[in-house]
This record gives sequence, C-alpha cells and structure tokens, in this order.
Amino acid sequence: MAEEHAGTGPADDVTMRVWRGDETGGEFAEYVLPAQEGEVVLDVIHRVQATHAPDLACRWNCKAGKCGSCSAEINGLPALMCMTRMDTLPPGETVTVAPMRTFPILRDLVTDVSYNYEMAKRIPPFEPRPKTADEESAGGYRMQQIDVERSQEFRKCIECYLCQNVCHVIRDHEENKTAFAGPRFFARSAELEMHPLDVNDRRELLQQEQGLGKCNITKCCTEVCPEHIKITDNAIIPLKERVVDAQYDPVAWLGRKIRKRAKRTPTEAASESPATGPAAVQPQPEVHGVPFPGHQVPGQAPEPVAAAPAADDSPAG
Amino acid sequence: MAEYETHDFDVIIIGAGGAGLRAAIEARSRGLRTALVCKSLLGKAHTVMAEGGVAAALGNVYEEDNWKVHFRDTMRGGKMLNNWRMAQLHAQESPDRVRELEDWGALFDRTEDGLILQRDFGGHRFARLAHVGDRTGLELIRTLQQKAVADGIEVFMEVKVLRLLRDADGTVSGLVGYWRPSGEFVVFKAKAVVMATGGVGKSWMYTSNSWESTGDGHAMSLWAGADLIDMECIQFHPTGMVWPLSVRGILVTEGVRGDGGVLRNSEGKRFMFDYIPPMFAAETADSEDEGDKWYDDHTAGRRPPELLPRDEVARSINSEVKAGRGSPHGGVFLDIATRRTPEDIRRRLPSMYHQFKELAGVDITAEAMEVGPTCHYIMGGVRVDADSAATTVAGLFAAGEVAGGMHGANRLGGNSLSDLLVFGRRAGVGAAEFATDRFGTVTLDESEIDEAIEAAVAPFDREVGENPYDIQNDLQTTMQRLVGIIRTGSELEEALEALEVLEERAGRVSLSGGRRYNPGWNLTTDLPSMLTVSRLTAQGAINRKESRGGHTRDDFPSADPEMGTVNFVQRIPGDAGGGTGAGGTPTICSITVTPEPIPVMPDDLKELLEEAN
Repeated sequence: MAEEHAGTGPADDVTMRVWRGDETGGEFAEYVLPAQEGEVVLDVIHRVQATHAPDLACRWNCKAGKCGSCSAEINGLPALMCMTRMDTLPPGETVTVAPMRTFPILRDLVTDVSYNYEMAKRIPPFEPRPKTADEESAGGYRMQQIDVERSQEFRKCIECYLCQNVCHVIRDHEENKTAFAGPRFFARSAELEMHPLDVNDRRELLQQEQGLGKCNITKCCTEVCPEHIKITDNAIIPLKERVVDAQYDPVAWLGRKIRKRAKRTPTEAASESPATGPAAVQPQPEVHGVPFPGHQVPGQAPEPVAAAPAADDSPAG
Repeated sequence: MAEYETHDFDVIIIGAGGAGLRAAIEARSRGLRTALVCKSLLGKAHTVMAEGGVAAALGNVYEEDNWKVHFRDTMRGGKMLNNWRMAQLHAQESPDRVRELEDWGALFDRTEDGLILQRDFGGHRFARLAHVGDRTGLELIRTLQQKAVADGIEVFMEVKVLRLLRDADGTVSGLVGYWRPSGEFVVFKAKAVVMATGGVGKSWMYTSNSWESTGDGHAMSLWAGADLIDMECIQFHPTGMVWPLSVRGILVTEGVRGDGGVLRNSEGKRFMFDYIPPMFAAETADSEDEGDKWYDDHTAGRRPPELLPRDEVARSINSEVKAGRGSPHGGVFLDIATRRTPEDIRRRLPSMYHQFKELAGVDITAEAMEVGPTCHYIMGGVRVDADSAATTVAGLFAAGEVAGGMHGANRLGGNSLSDLLVFGRRAGVGAAEFATDRFGTVTLDESEIDEAIEAAVAPFDREVGENPYDIQNDLQTTMQRLVGIIRTGSELEEALEALEVLEERAGRVSLSGGRRYNPGWNLTTDLPSMLTVSRLTAQGAINRKESRGGHTRDDFPSADPEMGTVNFVQRIPGDAGGGTGAGGTPTICSITVTPEPIPVMPDDLKELLEEAN
C-alpha cells in the first residue's frame, strides 16, 4: 500500500477519467472532484453522479464486496470498484475507469452480462443421493466439515464475472462464447462434482460442449478473483484431470460399464425416461471413475468404494 | 398512448431476494406459470448481505432446543408486539425450510457428527443459527437462485416496477414498470402478485442496506389499498462500520459477538454489563467471568450481555457515545482480537476479516473494530394473514422484510433468513391457490398504465428543476437526524413538515440523458417510495408514545402496556381525495393512522412464554 496518499489528501483533487458511451461508441470524460479520506473508487463515481453527471451508468448494490455488481477496469486492471481504495492507486495521477471489455456495453460502465446467465442455465443441476435411514431419522444429511470445504471454496463466488472478463478464450475470441462456459462456470461444475451429495455427471458435457479443453491454465482468472478462489488450481485443473481420466482410462471405462452408474453423462441422462429419474437410478449410490477425495457416501461401508476399479487413481489434494 | 410490451403469467413475484425466490419456487412447483421481476441482476439482492446465519431450532448443537423455545425467544425479542401466529409458524417450520436447502445443494458448516452446525446469536437461548462462515446470505440466495434456474422460472432482471394495477373489482391484476437497461416500459398481467421487495433503509444516511432498499413494495402495496402496520419499528443494528466515512453503516455481523467478541468503551470497559434491562436480567450474566464461561458451556453461566437483543445493544452503544466514552470516530470498540486466535477469527469470520482489512486497513485479528448503530431492518410492513401471506387487497401477497408482524417491535438476528424461507414458501402457496381459483380473464385499466408512464417520463420534459440526488441526500439527512435511533415528538413533527417539502421538490425533478440505464431517472422513480415509507415511519413514530423494541422515544422512555396491545395501522382511505405527490402517486399527506388491537394469543402459547423463563 502506498505510504504517500498524495492525490487523496483532504486538500487535493482527484481526476477521474470515466468511459461514457454505448454500443455504438463513446469516449472518456474527465471529472475533477475534491478528494475525501478513505474513499473507494465507487464512492467517487457516486459523487460524479450526484454532482456532475446524474445519468452516468454504473451497476452496484452492496458496496461491501459481497454482491459482485460493480466490476470494472480501473487503470486497466479488472476489479470491484467498491473494494478498490483510492489510496492504493498511484498518488496524484488520473484514475481511469472503463467497463469490462469482454461483454457488450449497454451504457457507460454497465455491460450486458447475459452470456453468464445463459451459461449458468446449461449446467446440469445439483442432484443429491437419497438419504440413508440414519439420515432420515437424524433429520438431514451427514457430511463432514472437511468434505464440504472443497465445494464451499467455490460457493464463495459472488458472480462478479471478473474471471470471465479476463479469460483470453472469450476476451479475445468473441466466437468462443457460444461453446465456452468460462472460469466461473468451470468453478460451478467443480463445486457440483466435488459436492459430497451430488450424483450428476458433467464430465462429457464439460469437454464436448463447454470447452474445458480450450482453457490453457494461464491463471488470469485466479489473479483477479476478489474472493481469492483458486479457480485454476482447485477447480479447472482437477476437472481437466477428471475428464481426461473419464475418457481415456480403460479401467475406469470398464468400471463404469460393469457397474451401476452413480454419475451419468448427459447423453445417458437424456436417453432415460423421466419415469426412471435420478432417485430411481441410484438406489445405492457409489463413487465411480475418479472421485475427488471426500466425494464419498457417508453411512456406507468403505469396501465398495475401495473396490471401485479407479478409486485409487484419485488425484491428491 | 404510451408504448409498452405485455407479458402474461399466473403468478408474478416482485423481488428476487430470499423470499421472492422461495415464493417463486413454490408457485412453480404447483405447475403455475411463474415469473420473477427484480430491480437488479439475479443473485444480487440484499439477502446476499446477510452474514451470521439462519435461525431454526434444529437441535443439532443443543438438543434441548425446540420450536417452543424459539417461539418464546422471538416473542420476547419482539417485545410481544409480534403477530403470534406468524411467530409460531416461523418457529415450527424453519427447521424443515433449512434442511430443504440442503436437499437443493446448500453446504452449511458441520457439527462433529456431520449435521448442520449452529452458532449463538443475540436473544436466542440456544446456539441456533445454521451458517456458512459469515456468508450465510450468499449461500441462501445462490442455492435458491440455482434451484429457480433449474426449475425453469422466468426471471425479468433489472426491471423497476412503478405501480401495481387492479381490475375493475379492485383485485390486483398486474403491474407496470420499465427495463432499466433500455428504459422501455413493460406491463405484466397476473392472476396473483407476491410482493417480496425487502426493506427501506436507503432513506437513512447510515444504513447497511443497498440502493435497492427504497421501500417500493411497502409503497406500492399502500397505493393499491393495502394496510401497513408497525412502520415505526425500525431496527438499528448495533454494529455497523463507522470509519472511513465512505463505508459508514456497512454491517459487521452479530456473529462476531456470538463467537466471543465483546464491546468496550474508550476506557476499555465492557459497558454492556451496565445496561442489562430487567426483562432479561434473570438470563444474563452479571460478571465478565460468568459471561466468559458461557461461550464454551451454556450451562456453566448465563449469556453475556453483549448478546442481548439488538435494540438493547444499539441503545447502549448510543448512550456510551453520547456520554463521551466513544471511539475516535464516534462508535465503540468491538474486540475479538484478544478473545480468539487469528486462525480462528479468519476461519469463523472470513468476510469480516476481508472487509476491515480492505476497506478500513484494520486487521481484526490484531486490533479492535470501531462500530456503531446502522439502519438495518424494518419490522413493520404490509399487514398479512399469517397462514396465507395474503394482504388486505385481493390478489396481493407479501413475504419477507416487506411484510409486517412477524418480528414485532424488534427482530432477533437470524430470524430474517428463516422468515424469508417460511413465509416465502407460504406466499407462494397462497398466491398459487388464489391464481388457480381465479376465474375469468385478467383485465387491466389502460388509462392507469398510461398515467403511470406519463408521470415517469415527465421529468425529461422539464428544462429546469431539481437534481434527484440532492433530494435523496436531503431526505437521508432528515431521516437520520429526526427519525433515527432515539426519537422525540417535536423532531418527528419537524420531520413530517420536511417530508412534505421534499415531496413537493420531488415533483419538480428535471432530467436529461435519455431513459437507457439512467441512474438519475432510476432514482427519481424510487423517490416516491422513499418519501412514502419515510412518512409512514415518522407518522407511526409520532403515534406510538412509548419506547418498545426498535422504537425509542426520548419523551416517552418506558414501554406502555396499553400501547403494547395495538398495532398502528396505516392506509390510504378510498375517500382520501386523491391528491397526488411525486411521480403521480398518492400524496404522502393522504396516509391515515389508526390503532387496532393486535391478535390475541391463545392460552397454550401464553404458557410457553411463562414456563420457559
């Protein structure tokens, strides 16, 4: 953090260079305001609205880093405006605020993020295994803290879409948006795949339709995540391993062929009649293929899990 | 004639926070064509800000806990002004509503034996709050959001609703609003409407609420003829951030105190021991030593006074600051650093750690936080039938913060997330049944639509006029100064006069820049609701000549048993004369207030309150 707070001291002014325009084009406009102690970029944008430009468009809700609405590019770096303190920016220099570049501009700092909502719809939903008799009487599922923590990391996501914004696959290649879920939704899939209760299988879909293979793990997404979620290391790489193993591991393949499936591929799911829905398919859910550690069924004897052909291939960590 | 698109559904839910999402899921599960209309993007509603947990007597940590104790805690916390039937249903049904979230993918923190972990909070006799660290609201909204998407519920995002529409019989039949991104108008026809718009905090200067909390649902329901109750009962959460000024009001979870954090004044004294009210004396520790033992074993001592209900703690902080024993920036100190290890703090309270580190440059594992009261929650709201969530207007239902009665004069922490789930579901059932039974085609009055649209665009035709941000700022200053945590008759009268002036100014706003994603216009269309709820609160506060829960009168410092038997009911009578205020809506001067008896509690429930003492 800068020791000198020049440019934000009470006696100084701040100069904001803010992008104004819509999908047809626009330009940066400069606003000079008196500096105030302790402000974040969003505070200054609000003051621009109140005193200079009431029609300056920007999204925001909580102003506390919890809702993920106010994503922008501040001096070229993608960040939440509400969590970027003015005194962390170079003292005395103009502060440039631009909309996220990857999404179409609606107006000023507001972009059309509907791509993300479309991608969210394409992820096969959570599908829990049935409760055991013990769980029915205890009144709820039993899961160990250590097993829920892996998915909890991804459930911290505030959907600010900064990871989507910096991902080269879509930032530089508009055409990829039709077939690339992006880091946010890889993390969502990882969360579901690592969920101690979930029995849906998203591996084929991830590879075939969501472009998991296009990610070349440059970790840009991880770097911008305001929640410090290790998207690349903890979500994408394990997913890639899982998908590869599912495709090429003959032992896992054989295991899936000869045993009743707990995890189905979308193709299989689609070929089943609704009447034989998830609950009917797996009266005895088991762990197949390459499970994530902790992806186990509490209350079941360990033998069947250990005996699963590919279970000992589990990636560490 | 104005241009607009029209959509037709069985059930429309306004608001996509916890209550709205839960209502939509329920209505959809009954096969009805259901849509959600919300002012922001899906998943950004204020529920996301809830931190500490969701209260439900699961009995996972203390098996002595059950709905009866939860009911008793809720009624006592609400200073007995609660609608007893709502408090009963809430206590009985919240455990199932929480477990159901787990069936939909939620991942709460766990007990040793793998069940949902529960934490302590103010006013709850047992550790009762299911939670995920200090981001429980995010978990709740994401779970419901993902369930709603999986169920195929249609969501109309970034639509500001201007007014409800009624048919010739007065039954609510739809609504008119506009798409914020395009500024184009949109009309929804519906057989039933659920109001789930949340709170009103944005009318105060220092609030934990987001910009969305402008009281739209309270105001629209009132304009459509609904009764509102207890609007003077506003909760000032004891612990908001106080510094830097730009973050003043942002919430600091009660979980800090539940997990061992204590409040100190500038002399280093744990002052809460000086403020234990008689009602809670029997169950509150009277020494630091006793209070400290309680954290690890609730049978070893009584609960520390830092965990009194929020109204008590907020008033105590206010008194300390007034007595000159506050912190440098006008709050008090909340200390967890000397009470827990840094690892423990980061694990239990990760987002508080993050929030103070990044916004205030304070490391809460090493230093005390500065905190003070912040406008947080309105207990009052639209009057509803407890079982069906029906309002007093046919076709209109309400759930969550916009509904009144459940929390009485003061809400316990954790009871709002459970309220959303229990009454969100009940409103979904109520609306679905109403829609199913409704006969004939839904008709709307086109002139009513045209009128609303004309009023909304009028500011663009004024070449000179008021800046909406100035009006908002003046409103917030007025409410903070005159209708804040401690109130007095003369100041409340002054507030009423100031509000009338602000209403007149709001009718003279001038705008430019077009209707596409124009925040100045969006604010202008929020002002009529903000002014309306401000009036409701001030007017209710003048009438409630006593101090009870979140409502404190300097000039009537005690609770008055007589007043404890009535709700102050506010409405716009049909013969009010139809004067218009800002935005073409009824003037705030047409609102009337009447004391009406609160529902009488059956004897078997009364016994619960006594025996559990």
